Amino acid sequence: MPDLSSALHLAASELTLAVGALVLLMVGAFIGDKSARLVSILSVLLLIAAAVIAFMGPWGVAFNGAYVADPLAIYGKSVIYLSAAVAIVLGDGWMKRTHIAKFEYPVLIVLASVGMGMMASSGDLISMYVGIELHSLALYVLAAFHRDDVKASEAGLKYFVLGALSSGLLLYGSSLIYGFAGSMRFEDIAAFAQNNPGPGLVFGLVFLICGLAFKVSAAPFHMWTPDVYEGAPTPVVALFATAPKVAAMVLIARALEGGFSEAHAQWSQVLVAISLLSFVVGAFGGLAQKDIQRLLAYSSIANIGYALLGIAAGTSEGLQAMLMFMTLYVIDQLGFFAILLSLSKSGRPIRRIADLAGLKKDRPVTAVALTILSLSVLGMPPFSGFWGKYYVFGAAADAGLWPVAAAGLVASVVAAFYYLRIIKLMWFDAPLDEIATDKASPETSLIGWACAAFAFPLVIVGLTWLEPLTKVASAGFGNG
Amino acid sequence: MLQGIAFYLLAATAVVSGLLVVTARNPVHSVLWLILAFFSAAGLFVLLGAEFLAMLLVVVYVGAVAVLFLFVVMMLDVDFLKLREGYAKYLPIGGVVAAVLLAEMIVVSSAVIQGGATAGLTGPGAPDPDMSNVEAIGRVLYTDYIYFFQAAGIVLLIAMIGAITLTLRHKTHVKRQDITAQVNRSAAKAMEIKSVPTGQGVSPEELL
Repeated sequence: MPDLSSALHLAASELTLAVGALVLLMVGAFIGDKSARLVSILSVLLLIAAAVIAFMGPWGVAFNGAYVADPLAIYGKSVIYLSAAVAIVLGDGWMKRTHIAKFEYPVLIVLASVGMGMMASSGDLISMYVGIELHSLALYVLAAFHRDDVKASEAGLKYFVLGALSSGLLLYGSSLIYGFAGSMRFEDIAAFAQNNPGPGLVFGLVFLICGLAFKVSAAPFHMWTPDVYEGAPTPVVALFATAPKVAAMVLIARALEGGFSEAHAQWSQVLVAISLLSFVVGAFGGLAQKDIQRLLAYSSIANIGYALLGIAAGTSEGLQAMLMFMTLYVIDQLGFFAILLSLSKSGRPIRRIADLAGLKKDRPVTAVALTILSLSVLGMPPFSGFWGKYYVFGAAADAGLWPVAAAGLVASVVAAFYYLRIIKLMWFDAPLDEIATDKASPETSLIGWACAAFAFPLVIVGLTWLEPLTKVASAGFGNG
Repeated sequence: MLQGIAFYLLAATAVVSGLLVVTARNPVHSVLWLILAFFSAAGLFVLLGAEFLAMLLVVVYVGAVAVLFLFVVMMLDVDFLKLREGYAKYLPIGGVVAAVLLAEMIVVSSAVIQGGATAGLTGPGAPDPDMSNVEAIGRVLYTDYIYFFQAAGIVLLIAMIGAITLTLRHKTHVKRQDITAQVNRSAAKAMEIKSVPTGQGVSPEELL
């Protein structure tokens, strides 16, 4: 069957991950939890290999259109696999310190990456749904990974129940779309929508968007985010904030601009409303937070609003802006979490924002790195976060969405307050107690500093790389 | 005519019992309504000529999932006295569910004898009359849908890993059977010959 072998060749990166995960599972099962470190290292190598395979791999369509390997999928997968690899590195030391090191952690992340890869290259409704379930199920388990911790169990349960609800919405929308369009493939749906985008199809589309908005934690489907971010183990939150968000954003772009490009007028309104709400919830909700991880949850809600605005523009420039924004955002977030993981006082991780007070005396390099990352997430030029927002607002304004872009600008000014508060605490306040922070594991600090160095000044060089790559990835989508 | 009646009866039952699953205050009642909803959906499948899917629905959802739900729901409240007094309480609802199930089975089977809902249907949804259900599914499941099939397998694998990760605890005080150690045990390792002085015997302490 030449058909199957070419299809397997196209899906080589997922195959590598799936087979590799099975092998690692066997290694872990035979050696036991002592193998956590070994399995972690091998998983990181596996994910990097998968990213390389995806990047070098051929373009094409396989499995009757269910699997699409186009530049958008390949770009998305590279970012997803690499950020998942960083999450494994971050988790390894932390899990050991909190005595919950298990070999299942890296294996579950690898399996989740298989699902995220499926999402990024899904060409029809079934592969979209199976991909979402594949990665969500692994993430539910990871959220509750610290099973003796009440908050982690609560986070896992909440995420699971609300995730199941969102899957229900998604499936309902999908079944309506299938019923009206008569096909599962985005291509066929697009062809059908071109002739008659009736109310039934739009109705299904709205449910589909609701289900997907749940997965990216956009308001008003964000209610699980703060609790899950607060309760789940910190390295797991670092994963939540990065790879799955990229996968879901790529999927939204693919479903809406691939399957419903003719119904742009309808879905762009929905996305604009979701974006606006996310700005408001993210900016104002974050103001009152005392827990760092809750704060980061609200920050991610606001940032997803910006990314959705890029898709709402409906142009290939908008999609390119979304990809740039998400890439820069992922690097910022990984740096932020790496620094958070490298800080602990007498063996206990730092949870409250107030604990950061006086960090400059204790850990000057880390304080500088955290300052750079805060300024970047806040969107201060010339840090990387600014460039992400610059592209998104530019694309939105070009598509005539400038009032929404202006609202986003106002929201980011409001959100600036809580990042500036972190900076003020670190540099100008006296520490709460005299306890010095513990020595951090070298790899965690290194990742934190590297991400900060990328946020500024390396981003200037990075942009000249990212721009052509995202341009290729977004070509062929959108109308103009 | 009969097919039409059967369809609307089954569809209405499915919708109403689905509604009752959500609105019933008693979780046991909810599960009973859920069983009815599954059963009605299975009936709809039979009308469409998809007997295999219908049987799967009954075996997997009614037979396994719903009964498991029922077990879990009943286990949640381990007050046995209350459980026993529940029997009389659940009898009316259980009876209603059973009666509706019986009526549905009669209607569906008589409708199928007349040819099923797809009798006059020609189109992509209509099954090939020369091909059995299992054959039709088998032809596409491992060819056209191999990608989804394999991915669904990974989903189940993750569920298994998750269940083990979150619930398995190695208890140190539990003694496990080690068959290799048992088989490798030889007479030399297991026994020790002691010379007992005549007339003195051995005390229990010495044996240990």
